[in-house]
Amino acid sequence: MAIIEIKNLTYTYPGATKPSINDVSLKVDKGEFVLITGPSGCGKTSLCRCFNGLVPHFYQGELKGEVTVAGIDTLKHHTYEMAKHVGLVFQNPENQLFALSIEKDVSFGLENNGVNREVMRKKVDWALHQTGIYDLRERSPHEISGGQQQRVAIAAVLAMEPEIIVLDEPTSFLDPLSAAKIFEVIYKLNKESGITVILVEHRLDLTAKYTNHLIVMDEGKICFEGDPRQILSTEETRLMGVGIPKATLLFQMLKKEGFDLSGKTPLSSDELADELLEAFKQ
Amino acid sequence: MIEAQNVRFSYPNKVEALKSVSLTINDGEFVAIMGQNGAGKSTFVKHFNGLLKPSQGTVRVDGVETTKTSVATLARNVGFVFQNPDHQLFSETVEDEISFALKNFGFEQEVIKKRIDWALNLLSLTQYRKTSPFLLSGGERKRVALASVLAWDPQTLILDEPTIGQDHEQKEKLRQFIMQMQTQKKTVVIVTHDVEFVAECNPRVVLMKEGKIVADGVGKEILTDPALLELSSIVLPQIAQLFTKLSPLGFPKDVIDIYEAKEIILKAKESRRQE
Amino acid sequence: MSVFDGLRFRKVYSPIHNLDPRIKFIYVIAIFVVAIIFYQIIPLLVLFVMQIPFVLLARVQRQWLRSLRGAAFLAAFIFIINVATTYFTSNYTLTAANIESSAAMTLRFVVLVESFSVFFLTTSPDHLGLALEESRVPYEFAFAFTTAVRFVPVLAEEAQTIMDAQKARGLELEKGGLLRRIRNYVPVLIPLIVSSIRRSLELAEAMESRAWGATKKRTNLYLLKLHKGDYALLTFTTVILVLAVYVRYFSPIVIPAITQFLPL
Repeated sequence: MAIIEIKNLTYTYPGATKPSINDVSLKVDKGEFVLITGPSGCGKTSLCRCFNGLVPHFYQGELKGEVTVAGIDTLKHHTYEMAKHVGLVFQNPENQLFALSIEKDVSFGLENNGVNREVMRKKVDWALHQTGIYDLRERSPHEISGGQQQRVAIAAVLAMEPEIIVLDEPTSFLDPLSAAKIFEVIYKLNKESGITVILVEHRLDLTAKYTNHLIVMDEGKICFEGDPRQILSTEETRLMGVGIPKATLLFQMLKKEGFDLSGKTPLSSDELADELLEAFKQ
Repeated sequence: MIEAQNVRFSYPNKVEALKSVSLTINDGEFVAIMGQNGAGKSTFVKHFNGLLKPSQGTVRVDGVETTKTSVATLARNVGFVFQNPDHQLFSETVEDEISFALKNFGFEQEVIKKRIDWALNLLSLTQYRKTSPFLLSGGERKRVALASVLAWDPQTLILDEPTIGQDHEQKEKLRQFIMQMQTQKKTVVIVTHDVEFVAECNPRVVLMKEGKIVADGVGKEILTDPALLELSSIVLPQIAQLFTKLSPLGFPKDVIDIYEAKEIILKAKESRRQE
Repeated sequence: MSVFDGLRFRKVYSPIHNLDPRIKFIYVIAIFVVAIIFYQIIPLLVLFVMQIPFVLLARVQRQWLRSLRGAAFLAAFIFIINVATTYFTSNYTLTAANIESSAAMTLRFVVLVESFSVFFLTTSPDHLGLALEESRVPYEFAFAFTTAVRFVPVLAEEAQTIMDAQKARGLELEKGGLLRRIRNYVPVLIPLIVSSIRRSLELAEAMESRAWGATKKRTNLYLLKLHKGDYALLTFTTVILVLAVYVRYFSPIVIPAITQFLPL
């Protein structure tokens, strides 16, 4: 059951000479964990903003095609209506938190929707617990680390209980350890609460293992879509400049030199290690 | 040459950021300073061009104590590229941006022109000479910032978190650029938490934690020491993670390069087959 | 600048900090009014001394004194101007009474600085923002206020980073005459402004994505409730105001000048 349907989407920013998104069609089912990647400038950031209507309402410009999210046509509805169904988490942790205390940031969306105080309190507390930052709720956003700030951003979006969460390179500014923690939070939300997740990332070594729906974009188009194990094994993907997990690369390299590990293409060091240990047991 | 001896540094709010740090970097070295956020890496490297002066201890650049000279003088030989290019860019054209430092340092017009051409060419920015830097993409702005520092040809180049927000290809270009600097015998210091990038470059690694240096040596050895990395909250590079799990097979533990990994595995397979 | 020290908030919790900012503000306005309607030194002295228990209760003595010290320069200036004016306009005579009234003008200024300083020292920006939200002020203004306060430390850090980045390119901010120095700040101001504009854009995106503008009737996670202390302060303020107005305009009491008691 498709929760997002995009048909022949082409979008050009105002004043731009060529479109940032070029005839993209996409279907996402409810509960999926979708990973979008591609070199800088490929259009993935613009695509994220199509999911909740920032494109075209906030950015103006020219949009052709259809975008239907949670059954709603984004072209015909305000972004604030979309906010109830789609949450968007951005790259820069500092610039998406604007309240003076963390719990006030998390309640922002609910306040905007005129939610009653008692109900709001419950939802805010729930969101804070889900992201593991309940103890930080009275702190100010400037006092906490980047990783914690991103968790606040996720909680802020989560509090509105959307069906879909879109994250645009949420760990760009974070160190690998904090990044891994963020991915765990996101994966948990997807697995346990059934929230559809769309994650835009470069760090495939940390994220490819979570998905079976990978989309690789370049120059505004979708080049590859499907099983990451297949896509990340091809030469074309490697040549595009996508950050293929080292385990996957090594697997391919060994295969080329005649060492064919008969298991499935690994997406992480753990998977490759298991396969190698198996292969050497004989 | 950069020499830091027993450097202690505290910020005005009394937080002690550096607790007796000593380090020597010789000309032509490539050093990666790593550690968690707040370990003191950026604070430490800001002493190399005099932006910060030690509360105790000394920092000498080419024999001159940083407390006895100005940032502008030190900057002639120590170029510092900050993490966010938008914190530097302010000119109407890329050309003006690159000439800024050259004018500050008193270069002659003729030399300035030549240097601008050279820097633009080096970083493939010639077509943007008359473009406003604000109209360029993120990656291009980073190159402009880098070009504007390279223009005055400092002996030492300090890059603060150069890989943030970069995709794989951009990082590869950066790595090649650093290699190029190395062939020209330039000293390169990068401050980063990007283990994978450092693993691919295999420089000298200086590991910091809570204001102290906890390790200083060959990248390969430090990046494959799980205890050391856990102490500094750093993740193992992917290949090292793999080889840690493969220890039952008797493989060496200090592998961070994918080609080396391939050779080791293939060799092991050969020798098994011969048994 | 030390005057601004008096305005910066410190996270100390005292009974004064917990008072409703709206009531505190009413109190400050009342002080303002009382200070205006009296020109004799005695009532102004009373006003000045009256605030001291608040300062002590709130444990903000040090910053408060610092703000007064900062105001001292302006106060001295006011005093001298007043004395000079009365001197020149009364045929070059200087009476004790004139000096006293100049002192009273100066004290009026000091009382105003003092009371605003206490207000800002004991009211957290959050609290203030909340008070703005709960009052009739349109939400956009309260939001603009809290967001601005929230980003002050961020901007300060950024300004420092930008200065460092440009110094590392040979910019010397201390050198040169006034005009040159102003020009030297252009490479610091422009990145700061551009960065702020970018930040505003990102903030706007985040706000829109979290349903900004969904309804006109916003609710609030927090609620500002009036407690006993607030009512006490309100009563106190009303009493002071009424008493002051009565004494000044309706009672036959004439407030003496101190100079009358001095053997001059």
